[in-house]
Amino acid sequence: MTETALQPGTSIDAPPLVRSQRRKLSSYVLPAFVWLVIAWTIVPIIFMIIFSFNQAPTGRIAFNWFGLTGTWYRNVFAIGGLTQALEHSLAIATLSSLISVVLGTPMALALARYRFYGKAMTDMVIFADIAAPSVVVGAALLGFFLTLNIPRGLATILIAHVAFSVVFVVVVVRARVSGLDHSLDRAAADLGANPWIAFWKVIFPLILPGIVAGGLLAFAMSIDDLIITTFVAGQAVTFPLWVYGAVKTGIPPQVFVMGTMIFVAGVVLAIVNTLVSRRSPAQT
Amino acid sequence: MPYLLNLPSWIFLMVFFVIPLASVLALSVATGNPEIGYQYTGHVHEFVTAISTYQTQLIRSFWYGIASTVITLAISYPVAYWIAFYGGRNKSTYLFLMLLPFFVSFIIRTLAWEFILADQGLVLGHLKAWGMLPQSFHILSTSWAVIWGLTYNSLPYYVLPLYVAIERIDRRVVRAANDLYADTRHTFLRVILPLSAPGIFAGFLLVFVTNVGDYVNQQVLGGTGTYMIGSVIQDSFFTNQDYPMASALSSVLMLLLLVAIYLYARTFGTDTIQEYSA
Repeated sequence: MTETALQPGTSIDAPPLVRSQRRKLSSYVLPAFVWLVIAWTIVPIIFMIIFSFNQAPTGRIAFNWFGLTGTWYRNVFAIGGLTQALEHSLAIATLSSLISVVLGTPMALALARYRFYGKAMTDMVIFADIAAPSVVVGAALLGFFLTLNIPRGLATILIAHVAFSVVFVVVVVRARVSGLDHSLDRAAADLGANPWIAFWKVIFPLILPGIVAGGLLAFAMSIDDLIITTFVAGQAVTFPLWVYGAVKTGIPPQVFVMGTMIFVAGVVLAIVNTLVSRRSPAQT
Repeated sequence: MPYLLNLPSWIFLMVFFVIPLASVLALSVATGNPEIGYQYTGHVHEFVTAISTYQTQLIRSFWYGIASTVITLAISYPVAYWIAFYGGRNKSTYLFLMLLPFFVSFIIRTLAWEFILADQGLVLGHLKAWGMLPQSFHILSTSWAVIWGLTYNSLPYYVLPLYVAIERIDRRVVRAANDLYADTRHTFLRVILPLSAPGIFAGFLLVFVTNVGDYVNQQVLGGTGTYMIGSVIQDSFFTNQDYPMASALSSVLMLLLLVAIYLYARTFGTDTIQEYSA
């Protein structure tokens, strides 16, 4: 390979490696590896979807195939506790993603547009919140609520969920704001818009896909959280808590049905948001 | 203006994140329980007791964390590299495929693996029936099962920061390396790898600390011999109600995180730290 490699300027169009050797690596080995990893990634998802149709005789998920049935889909909501847990999860996820968006978007704007005292500190707190082990955050919040004598329940779950999702909204929205052209604000100002109007008429529509993406991420994090919720839930039960609690006695197939429904809804929403944001003028 | 915009989040994060975590640190040097109140002793003996009592679990968690993070990095880097450099117009589609697990509940994914890897389950059951594996062979409740679960669940969290870092590399720099007669290996080692270092480190931080503190993978896929520090913290809270002990153990994890963040900020600055995290 060295002979061809020694000709300067040979590899212009394709970036990283030197041609001859790169061709093999990048056109066969790497893509094969990537597809292998993607396959590995979706194995449990496929399992969930297929086994939500499994005619398990005991009404529990089994690891053998007993034949195709739609029973579990027809009786998704047959288990009262599970249905209620799902309702709790959906309500908390909706509220916490809305609150996170309202709290997080201004902070994202501030971080993307201004230099200010305490910015480095804010960045670090945000990262600490993202990286902090759930068990520590959960334990800390429980200790905090115990000390202040706040009864645990749906409200404390909501607070905890906002506390960990708001930073994700900040990060996602901030990325979108950073991609915006600064001169847009000035153009709006030159045309006589005050900052408030400029925000709602110019900036907001442009960063809306980012806000939606941040909100969706917050929703996903909330509906998925198990560890932090375990600590702050008190007697309240969410979907992951219910499922985790059922591990020892056996998981009813309805869990996989609900999982499949959430999966399909999430994928559809994400695709719609991407398509919409692609069509919007703010290509970043 | 920026202060006003920040205010709502600042207050919220202060009250429900910073203060609770700080009080964990405070509680770890106290004795007592919520009923009789706490006495701040300022002694660090709770730390010493906590660490020496649970050193097996601490060390085990540390190793599981390192192993799963390094394996995740080894899998994620080629994936992120290929998507960033060769993904072409389909970059976002590949990324989307990598992020699909986000749309399925973490607990369901882990449970699915439990069923797939079960001793008589889809994979092992068939392999044993065909005589390719001895009957006694099992994966569940071994360390490998826990590391498998941790690796699987952290994959998207590592691919993303790596992708962001690699995607950001100026292609002209890479071309310049080629023009200057750098071969494949040197272009990668001297140019691409160092330029993607912030992503490597940010992902490491994110995945390692989370995995050290995880207990769900261990409880679902592992067995009694794989007890991790997360389970110990949970038990100290709910079973033994030993809050100072739980706080001391939490503080150990938190200090690990703070040291790592400090090192990151020292090396790469704080400007970029959170761009890699979502």
